[in-house]
Amino acid sequence: MTTRVEGGASRVARSRVAGEPQPRRARGLWRDAWYRLTRNRAAVVGLFFVVLLVLVALLASILAPYSFDRQDLESTDLGPSGAHLLGTDQLGRDQLSRLLYGSRISLAVAFVDVLIVVVVGVPLGLAAGFFGRWVDTLVMRTVDVLLAFPSLLLVIVVITYLRAVLDQPQGAFLAVVGGLDKVTGGLLGVFIALGLVSWLTVARLVRGQVLSLKEKEFVEAARMVGGTNARIMFRHLLPNTLAPVIVAATFGIPGAIATEAGLSFLGLGVRPPNPSWGILIAEGLRAMRAFPHEMIFPALTLAITLICFNFLGDGLRDALDPKLRVD
Amino acid sequence: MTIYILRRVLWMIPSLFIVFTLTFLVVHATPGSPWDDTEKPLLEGVRENLNRQYHLDDPLPKQYADYLINVLHGDFGPSYRSTQRTVSDIIGATLPVSVQLGLASILFALFVGIPLGALAAVKHNTWIDYLSSLVTVTGISTPPFVRVVLLILFFSLFLAWLPTGGWEGIWDVRAIIPVIAIGSGPAAILARYTRSSLLEVQGQDYIRTARAKGVREGAITAVHAMKNALIPVVTVTGVTLANVITGAFFVERIYGVPGIGRQFIDSVTGRDYPLLLGIVLVFAVVIMIVNLLTDLSYGYLDPRIRYR
Repeated sequence: MTTRVEGGASRVARSRVAGEPQPRRARGLWRDAWYRLTRNRAAVVGLFFVVLLVLVALLASILAPYSFDRQDLESTDLGPSGAHLLGTDQLGRDQLSRLLYGSRISLAVAFVDVLIVVVVGVPLGLAAGFFGRWVDTLVMRTVDVLLAFPSLLLVIVVITYLRAVLDQPQGAFLAVVGGLDKVTGGLLGVFIALGLVSWLTVARLVRGQVLSLKEKEFVEAARMVGGTNARIMFRHLLPNTLAPVIVAATFGIPGAIATEAGLSFLGLGVRPPNPSWGILIAEGLRAMRAFPHEMIFPALTLAITLICFNFLGDGLRDALDPKLRVD
Repeated sequence: MTIYILRRVLWMIPSLFIVFTLTFLVVHATPGSPWDDTEKPLLEGVRENLNRQYHLDDPLPKQYADYLINVLHGDFGPSYRSTQRTVSDIIGATLPVSVQLGLASILFALFVGIPLGALAAVKHNTWIDYLSSLVTVTGISTPPFVRVVLLILFFSLFLAWLPTGGWEGIWDVRAIIPVIAIGSGPAAILARYTRSSLLEVQGQDYIRTARAKGVREGAITAVHAMKNALIPVVTVTGVTLANVITGAFFVERIYGVPGIGRQFIDSVTGRDYPLLLGIVLVFAVVIMIVNLLTDLSYGYLDPRIRYR
């Protein structure tokens, strides 16, 4: 051990004496991207907040001073104090606890949104770009039609239908789905409605990438050594589209979180007493004149969360694809 | 050109037909009748009478055909909730309010977003640029209902400068908060596009030529650079229509503006299906017209684009 350390030290010393330039260690794509990401102050702030949010969501039951649905009708609409750091709502529920538990809903939505992108958007985009012909026409015309309308408009129409179907389920399958929806406090309906729209942009993006990539030499080489279609798609094409997919998925997350909060705000998403931030804002709105704190904390939390995800997305875009940088 | 426009307009007919059919099917596939949510359970006879009055006991293909013919005559049928008014009445009363609000919001977005983006590009990598990009990210990432809520908190409750809600026409002070709340989203998008587009244009040869012949910096930006930088920006303006429509859902409801966005949400929560169907069709027509105008503006601004 000792000799090796000495040897290392003397080698460094020797190279210094000789005045040889230190060889710059080669960095891989991901290491390089990480380096660029951590040099971007806004992205670091965003990343820090997102990690914090994940920790809060995981540890909500430990961090929260009260349960999110514990009512105390003796202490309703209290302002911030030592016992209730962010005050209480009109049913005497601790606002801080509700806000902390609410992060679980937002992060579950973020997770499912990314899952839909990976499981639906990426494979459909790959297939459309790789196979062309009717597969391409079918997938891309569907994407075009769905993208022609504001996604929130589609989501609201679909969730109206889903709510009616899931609340009075008919048939065994719908009964199971409806039961799951009830257990998750209405989240399943939100997930299904999101599933309709959140894969669209990524499918289009992956298709475009595949169209240009599949003409490259490395694909030809892979085919020449006997690579199957599936192997070429998932081993050769997919890794090359990964960087823009990661960026697009990150930018999709704040949209999904905002959609859930908006639906819950309108009473179409998560059901009370589950503390979705959208529900907290809607409840705060009722008494906004007298007790503005009931609205301002959830509104600011939601806004900061969305901004930080966007910071992270901007940072990832600059880090993973420096060509896209404007400056 | 005329043929192109004509063909696009004709294409709207099958598109609208598809939207109509899909929405009709979704609405009628939704279980439960519109009368389920009333406070007191209805007597069985009353329910049947209601179904007969609104032709809900007809076979579905007949309902579809009758409804389609009525819509083609401009009759969207009766509203389930407000029994005094038809869907056409409601749309006729609320659409103008939302159109005024939407146009004012887009004007706000143009007059705030483009100068902000241009300023950020000119003062590239200074604190002005960073501040403007912080404002831009905030505008892009916060949903309209958070923006309107925070605006009410600040301007109506904290400063007490503006009312907390209501609508007295577009020229009243009550329009200020809804216009800013809806328009700040598109404004942020336009600012971002203006900035990146202007930065890109500034590296072009003709800018260097202008500089070489001694044109002042201000004139280069205002005349030479802006003219070309604005091409992508103008076309993006049409895309922001989606933000304006969905923004109106929340802002009109929260601020108490009697517009079509609020009616849409009310029709959803109140299961007023004829109203929902009518409003979706109105949105579809508006979106298609704006999309066509957007596509035409490409060709007008960039003569290299030709329509076939």
